[in-house]
Amino acid sequence: MRTVAVVTAGLSDPSSTRLLADLLSTATVAALGQDARVEVVELRPLAHALTDHLLTGFATGDLAAALQTVTDADAVIAVTPVFSASYSGLFKTFFDVLETGALDGTPVLVAATAGTARHSLVLEHALRPLFSYLHAVVVPTGVFAASADWGAGGAGGELRRRIDRAAGELAALVAGSRQTVRLDQFDRDLAAMGDFESLLNGQ
Amino acid sequence: MEYGIFTVGDITTDPTTGRTPTENDRIKATVAIALKAEEVGLDVFATGEHHNPPFAAPANPPVLLAHIAALTQRIKLSTSTTLITTNDPVRIAQDYAYLQHIADGRMDLMLGRGNTGPVYPWFGKDIREGIPLAIENYALLHRLWREENVDWEGRFRTPLQGFTSTPRPLDDKPPFVWHGSIRSPEIAEQAAYYGDGFFSNHIFWPAEHTARMVALYRARFEHYGHGTAQDAVVGLGGQVYLAKNSQDAVNQFRPYFDRAPVYGHGPSLEDFTAQTPLTVGSVAQAVEKTLGFKEYAGDYDRQLFLVDHAGLPLDAVLRQLDLLGEVVAELRQHEAPARVEEEVSA
Repeated sequence: MRTVAVVTAGLSDPSSTRLLADLLSTATVAALGQDARVEVVELRPLAHALTDHLLTGFATGDLAAALQTVTDADAVIAVTPVFSASYSGLFKTFFDVLETGALDGTPVLVAATAGTARHSLVLEHALRPLFSYLHAVVVPTGVFAASADWGAGGAGGELRRRIDRAAGELAALVAGSRQTVRLDQFDRDLAAMGDFESLLNGQ
Repeated sequence: MEYGIFTVGDITTDPTTGRTPTENDRIKATVAIALKAEEVGLDVFATGEHHNPPFAAPANPPVLLAHIAALTQRIKLSTSTTLITTNDPVRIAQDYAYLQHIADGRMDLMLGRGNTGPVYPWFGKDIREGIPLAIENYALLHRLWREENVDWEGRFRTPLQGFTSTPRPLDDKPPFVWHGSIRSPEIAEQAAYYGDGFFSNHIFWPAEHTARMVALYRARFEHYGHGTAQDAVVGLGGQVYLAKNSQDAVNQFRPYFDRAPVYGHGPSLEDFTAQTPLTVGSVAQAVEKTLGFKEYAGDYDRQLFLVDHAGLPLDAVLRQLDLLGEVVAELRQHEAPARVEEEVSA
């Protein structure tokens, strides 16, 4: 059983960001062709907890669980609305508070929504570098949906083809990866520490 | 079991009056707080070390602690923390040994790395070397208090040939050392390696972080042959705001909590109280919460409380200490009889 975590930063209800996220996760599960669990992390209900984390340095309750879900996932689908030529602040905050190393080697599909197609390169100039920095493996196809894509010829046409292509790329990465248990920061520090004599000798 | 207070010496505007204490006000208040701590029956007063505003904690804690030692008879003086990364270990060895003599042995110290980035370059160091600095500097400090003619060569300070740190520790007994860390396993390991104490700040983090660090330290203390895991010397931080009536405590502390430098403008007082060791309430509530700490830390040796931050005026802090004295008196009644007997016979 593989787990796909879906992080969606849409603010309205219904949200086209969530809609795109659902289409991507459904397509990914279909492409995986095996039992897969989808865990959706909606960021809007975590907005207060995310701000608290920035100020206190620790996660609590549902936010702690959401961060763990993303850390433990075999793949991540990350979807944000475009705000001021980039991902939304809420979206970025979630990945800001994720522990260092939490996405090391994780296959990630990036996607974004906006009012017009003029924002579509946000996938390439904002999302892809963010996840490269986090040492994730970003699939070649990012999926962008403008308002017009939800109308005639949209989800059934060009958008659908991009969703299926990206989902296929994500599924191929997941299928080719081994399931691993990811250590948290404390256990990684502990594993990397070695014995105290070598620390003393400056090694 | 020892109970005490630790301060960071922050100069913070009182959000209820808009008044900001001067450095002189804060420094004199710190002395008054330490004297009051002895008066209400606490065992330990610990001061932070700071090199930057908005703090009026001493850059060299023995300056403050020697003064308090002269004005007190019983209370033990300590630090929270002494920066082992940016101080020269030779000066730590000398200044704290001198304090040990002045205070007739009524002192110990807690080493920490410091998390204010710019302090490192001010003293010619690099924060990315925090752990190696803590390990090398303490290795030297440990020898300076135990060996008379020290030859030393390391990465971080100029070499020593046949160096004798003076004064020698009182009665050739080096001051007891605690190592403080929130989440670096290397520091728990270091404390265990030397058989020193380990202190978990505890107050700004959920209990599970403290539990993991303390468990690691205890296991490694036993591994290095200093005794059983239960014998390991553990200290915890805590934080209280007390009133006779718990609703009064909440009402009085909320404006300070909401704008506190460390966690202000974030979680509600109620959430933070549920998530961390903070108690805002009655003496009985503080006793109950504090007794809960040993459920995940085991029987431990030192409990320090933060009571004088976030702009609380001196008179409020002194009233807090009266109530904290009641908390501690009750906590002592709950201690295991064996430990009480040990202390009586000691």
